Amino acid sequence: MSAPEPAPATPTIVLVGHGMVGQRFLEALADHKVTETARVVVFCEEPRPAYDRVQLTSYFSGRTAEDLSLAEDGFMVRHGIELRLGDPAESIDRAARTVTSRSGLTVGYDTLVLATGSYPFVPPMPGKDSDGCFVYRTIEDLLAIEEYAKNCASGTVVGGGLLGLEAAGALKGLGLTTHIVEFHPRLMALQVDEGGGAALRRTVEDMGLIVHTGVGGKEITADGTGAVTSMALSDGSSIDTDLVIFSAGVRPRDQLARDCGLEVGERGGIAVDERCRTSDPAVYAIGECALAADGRVYGLVAPGYEMAEVAAGAIAGAATDGFTGADTSTKLKLLGVDVASFGDAHGTADGCLDVVYSDARAGVYKKLVVGADGTLLGGVLVGDAEAYGMLRPLTGSVPPVAPEQLVLPAGLGAPAALGPSALPDEAVICNCHNVTKGAIRAAVTEHGCTTVPEVKKCTKAGTGCGSCVKALTSLVNDELEASGVSVDKGLCGCFGYTRAELYEIVRTLRITSYAQLLDSHGRDGARQGDGCEVCKPAVGSIIASLAPTLGASGYVLDGEQAALQDTNDHFLANLQRNGSYSIVPRIPGGEITPEKLIVIGEVARDFGLYTKITGGQRIDLFGARVDQLPRIWARLVDAGFESGHAYGKALRTVKSCVGQTWCRYGVQDSVRMAIDLELRYRGLRSPHKLKSAVSGCARECAEARGKDFGVIATASGWNLYVGGNGGADPRHADLLAQDLDDEQLIRLIDRFLMFYIRTADRLERTSAWLERIEGGLDHVRDVVVDDTLGLCAELEAMMADHVAGYRDEWAETLDDPERLRRFVSFVNAPDAPDPTVKFVPERDQVKPDLTVLSGPAIPVRTLEGTASR
Amino acid sequence: MTTAPERTAVRVELLVDQRWFAICDLTDLIPGRGVAALLPDGTQVAAFVDRAGRPYAIDNRDPFTGAYVLSRGLVGSAQGRPFVASPLLKQRFDLETGRCLDDETVTVQAYAARVRDVAPARGVARGRDVASARDVAPARVA
Ligand SMILES: Cc1cc2nc3c(=O)[nH]c(=O)nc-3n(C[C@H](O)[C@H](O)[C@H](O)COP(=O)(O)OP(=O)(O)OC[C@H]3O[C@@H](n4cnc5c(N)ncnc54)[C@H](O)[C@@H]3O)c2cc1C
Ligand code: SF4
Ligand code: FES
Repeated sequence: MSAPEPAPATPTIVLVGHGMVGQRFLEALADHKVTETARVVVFCEEPRPAYDRVQLTSYFSGRTAEDLSLAEDGFMVRHGIELRLGDPAESIDRAARTVTSRSGLTVGYDTLVLATGSYPFVPPMPGKDSDGCFVYRTIEDLLAIEEYAKNCASGTVVGGGLLGLEAAGALKGLGLTTHIVEFHPRLMALQVDEGGGAALRRTVEDMGLIVHTGVGGKEITADGTGAVTSMALSDGSSIDTDLVIFSAGVRPRDQLARDCGLEVGERGGIAVDERCRTSDPAVYAIGECALAADGRVYGLVAPGYEMAEVAAGAIAGAATDGFTGADTSTKLKLLGVDVASFGDAHGTADGCLDVVYSDARAGVYKKLVVGADGTLLGGVLVGDAEAYGMLRPLTGSVPPVAPEQLVLPAGLGAPAALGPSALPDEAVICNCHNVTKGAIRAAVTEHGCTTVPEVKKCTKAGTGCGSCVKALTSLVNDELEASGVSVDKGLCGCFGYTRAELYEIVRTLRITSYAQLLDSHGRDGARQGDGCEVCKPAVGSIIASLAPTLGASGYVLDGEQAALQDTNDHFLANLQRNGSYSIVPRIPGGEITPEKLIVIGEVARDFGLYTKITGGQRIDLFGARVDQLPRIWARLVDAGFESGHAYGKALRTVKSCVGQTWCRYGVQDSVRMAIDLELRYRGLRSPHKLKSAVSGCARECAEARGKDFGVIATASGWNLYVGGNGGADPRHADLLAQDLDDEQLIRLIDRFLMFYIRTADRLERTSAWLERIEGGLDHVRDVVVDDTLGLCAELEAMMADHVAGYRDEWAETLDDPERLRRFVSFVNAPDAPDPTVKFVPERDQVKPDLTVLSGPAIPVRTLEGTASR
Repeated sequence: MTTAPERTAVRVELLVDQRWFAICDLTDLIPGRGVAALLPDGTQVAAFVDRAGRPYAIDNRDPFTGAYVLSRGLVGSAQGRPFVASPLLKQRFDLETGRCLDDETVTVQAYAARVRDVAPARGVARGRDVASARDVAPARVA
């Protein structure tokens, strides 16, 4: 052990534990600018910086450790914080004010903050240390479970609480026959009452999990190698099991504090006052390791965050409220079941009464606890927790309508009257970030937010667990309406309908012409008119994507369709800044023969085109004049190329890595799948361009998660991710489903794409669409995986129509002299090239000669905001 | 051209230097879309017909980028007035006056346009002014 460092010159703050609360504490210190003047040293036991433990289970559905990370890149460096990964604090000397770590480092402190969290409680059961016994708390735990489960057929979770159910869901997801053993007579005993537990149990059992309640595990038996084989239960029965997860509650990690003589609670937890100070004023404790001033240990993250703020404020000398206790309301989606409890869920107050609605068949149970004077005290919701966002803020007040109306399902006489507008301004709408209704209203009225994403950014509301987004959305809309910002959701000056609404109109009324739609459904002043540059291509695209189903021509240069297309679609090429066009032949999956490569090279050479490799694994040929397009394409089509639709709001490319065929890591043939997908969806018109990629293994060389739909190979099939994009506002795609076989994968993509095309706004990428639509990814999964709207057959049929109706636009154009007539620079001089399209040399190729065009440089009008005129 | 002599053709004509100049047949134009044409002095114009069959013509040069592309824009109408939106950066130009709707300091030249039945058999041109209101001198150029 090294000698203690000399007494520090600058004040030193030492933090022990870099978990969720520890990280929030560091952020709060930085906010208070304490990091500018003090040295901050952090001892972190885990091998990685703080991550989102609440979302831990999502690791199994494809979130990576990096995705879960909480500390923003460069945070530690920017604030000069010394983070010691994998080096836990081992002892504290309060007299000398030093902390010594496992590596032997001793650091002196002026202020010490303990944020050591909890450890999972493992019941003292014989055999509990056998191979195959795990707890469920860290990423390392999950990695170990995942690895071990590969050779298991069944698993048992000890504990049927919140975490236990999560762990059970994870085991089931890993393909094990899963048992849950719960000592209490019902599941989630802490959060829900008997009725709720019963509803929960039914639903959980329907999912194929085996629930044992009212019994405890007695002994674990292992085989000769020390691996778990079975568990004996207290009722004398026994379960065959290859793996055990203990999830029987957590205990505060207060050993360090005990060892150095700090006061701890009778049942554990480091005792603190309202400022989160322990019995030693130089030492604070926050988060799950602390026993708060109200005598409780909080096992939820929101109270921990509050403590972090309080402690940081106290250290900074800021005047902040103390921590006197917190709401332990929760809403979760466990194994796909909504479960919520809030306030006095168990009805412990004197004279309170229950209002219960229960539908055992549907697995729905709702209970409200109401005081004698009608005050809403708390409640439990299982199976349908829609009302949570409304009910929690109402807790502690007398609701404006009778309690029973609050739990009746919509349609059973429940008035929709009770929106969040009925709430007082002080009501907390977002529990995770403690945002009141007043603050949300102010975001609209004072800070000028006009959309839900803006309000989220401004207030942080809705960016935690997400359970409040529904209430938030309706509040924001109400507020916008009230403040006279008329929210005209119409597509443009010609149509008062959104793109999705127009899609439905076209589909159900089988409208096949733009003029017909404008005259029947346009705004009053716009009917009989000429439309505009916003709605024409949008409606053109709707009609094109529905054409196979409506039995209309899908060819974009046919009849009236020709007049609706943006110039790119009109000339089947991409207009560039000097009026020339670029050409991108389709190269499915990025796979190309040497012969075809040579053809592209020859065409480019013969027509003097500039060539560049695109990010989508194909080749872009720049600098063609309109009148050259048909001749260029004649050569390309001859060589077996077809349109790459680089000019359209349509499927662009499906990138791929070489996959199993060549790569030593590959587990599936990613190239074949990419080609299949690209050929299936080529030509599909959509609200925005669509990109895709297929990676041959989890190393993800094709960057599939940056795509609208991305596919990543697994040992047993494919994982499908949706809603990713690169560009200015990058977003990682979310996992929609995993381990699909080829057929399941394609069916699911069919549905997903058609559902997107049907419901998205104009120019709305899948990423923005997923974030906008009510219910987000869960809703999309409900619709396209679980078919809750009964739409899937129709969506699949529409995609089948598309696939059957696909024709190459360029081959068709070349076959039709009428269409070819359009490809001239001048109508009255068909053979004259446009003299303004000129090129000069650069790096052995050409570039546009802009001197021919020299004109004033003028600011760019963007495409946004066109709907308001 | 191989059209039968007795068939009448409908021509699109622009007023250039006080004289009507035919640039194409009406059938060369798709309602809502444009074509580019060369005037005798080499000037490029963009000609359009709207849904009602009325012809328009403006300069083909997009003043915002310098590229000769306005003929490839989409035609629309706002408050009953026809416009074309540049295919490059989407500024809109009034087809009757050439005024840019998104930047009032910018105007392109507009030409008076008409369609005329031509009966080659009789060799006599019979005027049929579709939109006489616009058969006046070109709009003022800023
Ligand atoms: C699977 C799962 C699901 C959950 N779901 C929810 C939920 O839905 N809602 C909710 O509110 N809460 C949930 N929780 C609880 C939530 O994660 C905790 O409340 C939160 O993480 C507490 O933060 P903390 O910083 O106090 O503790 P932790 O996040 O546990 O961090 C403590 C850290 O301190 C480290 N440490 C301990 N001792 C030392 C030492 N001597 N030296 C250095 N480092 C040390 C530990 O290794 C750990 O990294 C869930 C927890 C789990 C495991
Ligand atoms: S993603 Fe996997 S299979 Fe594909 S190239 Fe990378 S390592 Fe190989
Ligand atoms: S309540 Fe969790 S994000 Fe708002």
